[in-house]
Amino acid sequence: MDFLNAFVSLSNYVLIPGVAYGSQLALGALGVTLVYGILRFSNFAHGDTMAFGAMVTVLVTWWLQSLGVSLGPLPTALLALPVGILGTIVLLLVTDRAVYQFYREKKAKPVILVIVSMGVMFIMNGIVRFVIGPDDQRFLDGERFVVSARTFKEMTGLDEGLAIKSTQVITVITAVVVVALLFWFLNRTRAGKSMRAYSDNEDLALLSGVNPERVVMLTWIIVAALATTAGVLYGLDKSFKPFTYFQLLLPIFASAIVGGLGSPLGAIAGGFVIAFSEVTITYAWKKVLGYMMPESLAPDGLVQLLSTDYKFAVSFVILLIVLLFKPTGLFKGQSV
Amino acid sequence: MIVVEDLHKHFGGFHAVDGASLSFDEGAITGLIGPNGAGKTTLFNVIAGVHKPTSGRVTMGGEDITGLPPHDLFHKGVLRTFQIAHEFHSMSCRENLMMVPGGQSGERLWNTWFGRRRIADEERALRAKADEVLEFLTIEHLAEQKAGQISGGQKKLLELGRTMMVDARIVFLDEVGAGVNRTLLNVIGDAILRLNEERGYTFVVIEHDMDFIARLCDPVICMAEGRVLATGTLDQIKANEQVVEAYLGTGLKNRDAVSA
Repeated sequence: MDFLNAFVSLSNYVLIPGVAYGSQLALGALGVTLVYGILRFSNFAHGDTMAFGAMVTVLVTWWLQSLGVSLGPLPTALLALPVGILGTIVLLLVTDRAVYQFYREKKAKPVILVIVSMGVMFIMNGIVRFVIGPDDQRFLDGERFVVSARTFKEMTGLDEGLAIKSTQVITVITAVVVVALLFWFLNRTRAGKSMRAYSDNEDLALLSGVNPERVVMLTWIIVAALATTAGVLYGLDKSFKPFTYFQLLLPIFASAIVGGLGSPLGAIAGGFVIAFSEVTITYAWKKVLGYMMPESLAPDGLVQLLSTDYKFAVSFVILLIVLLFKPTGLFKGQSV
Repeated sequence: MIVVEDLHKHFGGFHAVDGASLSFDEGAITGLIGPNGAGKTTLFNVIAGVHKPTSGRVTMGGEDITGLPPHDLFHKGVLRTFQIAHEFHSMSCRENLMMVPGGQSGERLWNTWFGRRRIADEERALRAKADEVLEFLTIEHLAEQKAGQISGGQKKLLELGRTMMVDARIVFLDEVGAGVNRTLLNVIGDAILRLNEERGYTFVVIEHDMDFIARLCDPVICMAEGRVLATGTLDQIKANEQVVEAYLGTGLKNRDAVSA
């Protein structure tokens, strides 16, 4: 019984939130990794692209809610998501035309593009705050829990409750669907293969039938879809606040680099590595240890290795370790 | 077929190509030789659109193709291979070949979802063609292998195969023989000759291996210091005093003069 209680408690606070957070990071890191692999620069504007996509989705969700449209138990935001993606596609394609294309034609060095993307980041950041304001916004509706702590306790008779939020389930399912679609696209379709070809060998791709402008366009479209989905899922699960997306940039980059920049599979693995490290290190293990250890050894303190205020330090440390010992990441991406 | 007029390509103060004028005839296999740094590869790069020329003109069949981007030239049938073989390393050899033809309907996102049948038909035809090419080059057993894992010589064959996936008019081969063993070099030579005879491909070949040049090329153009030194058959070129000087330096000639 104690063991079950410990396991339930661990699932409730570590495993389930970790999986959900990991999926969100993975989707974000996939966008970063695609831009790096194909357009060959680290896109610092990615966090704010997520914020923009989420913002459009939030606005459309409010509008739908005001019309009385709803998806029943599911959040209305899912209905608004395609609009958010379209909005972000437009934003990214316009940005590319207005900014990145100029530098691409000049064959600017990656480091210049990185700085340029920081400029783009501040502009997007400004747009989002200008339109929706810097505050927390609520747009979640529908059923809150798939399993609530109380029903779980009643069902199983355990002391510990297990709550599974509907947003967590939606996050994981959406992430699986999106990732499956992405891999199918990259590996099975001509359009996806031309993107991989461009990533493998740009010179050769240019000297074959690959049209570079189309590859670039495709990349931004896919990145927009990934970023918006990631942003909306994060917003549903936690809350929508423009600044948090800027902060997410660090764990997202850490995920992409840990997995190996340019490797989609690596981005997913990296997302989960970072998410679980963050959650386990900032989790107070008192309860779990209390169940697992003999009473005399049960800890008095919280057994929390790091306060949640420092959670971003975790990604930083992992990032440093990976860059020091395995700079190409777990899945052998391009070295940084 | 391709006429190059007074072509200059300067990198800063360095004149890689310095007023080269030459022409490549339709249906010929032209050899391009010259000491290292003579500007052969730069000339290729300028013709193939990788670099824009500083000045000068390149025409093909009378049409001005100076400074067109590589993929436009590709669609006009101007193809090139690289000194160091290039490949899409994460894809199989067959996929590498299937990648080549441009303008496939599967490239458009819309068709990926709504034009499945047409894409499938195209892919089937492409696949058949790719397999045919692999067989022609005697590397059909590598079809499923990742291109990043095959040997350097096999990569060169794959490069050649790439030119066969589309109806090339003129193919620029940059040192196909570099780092390739004799047996494989003969396979490559056979393939070039057959492509030239059976399909009427025009070739321009940069090569340092004189046996290879002797077997394939007529005429031969010798370049040095960014300019054309001599044009003719290989024997004529070999007999040309300026060419000998460019390859061996004036020192040798002076010593000959002294001993004579």
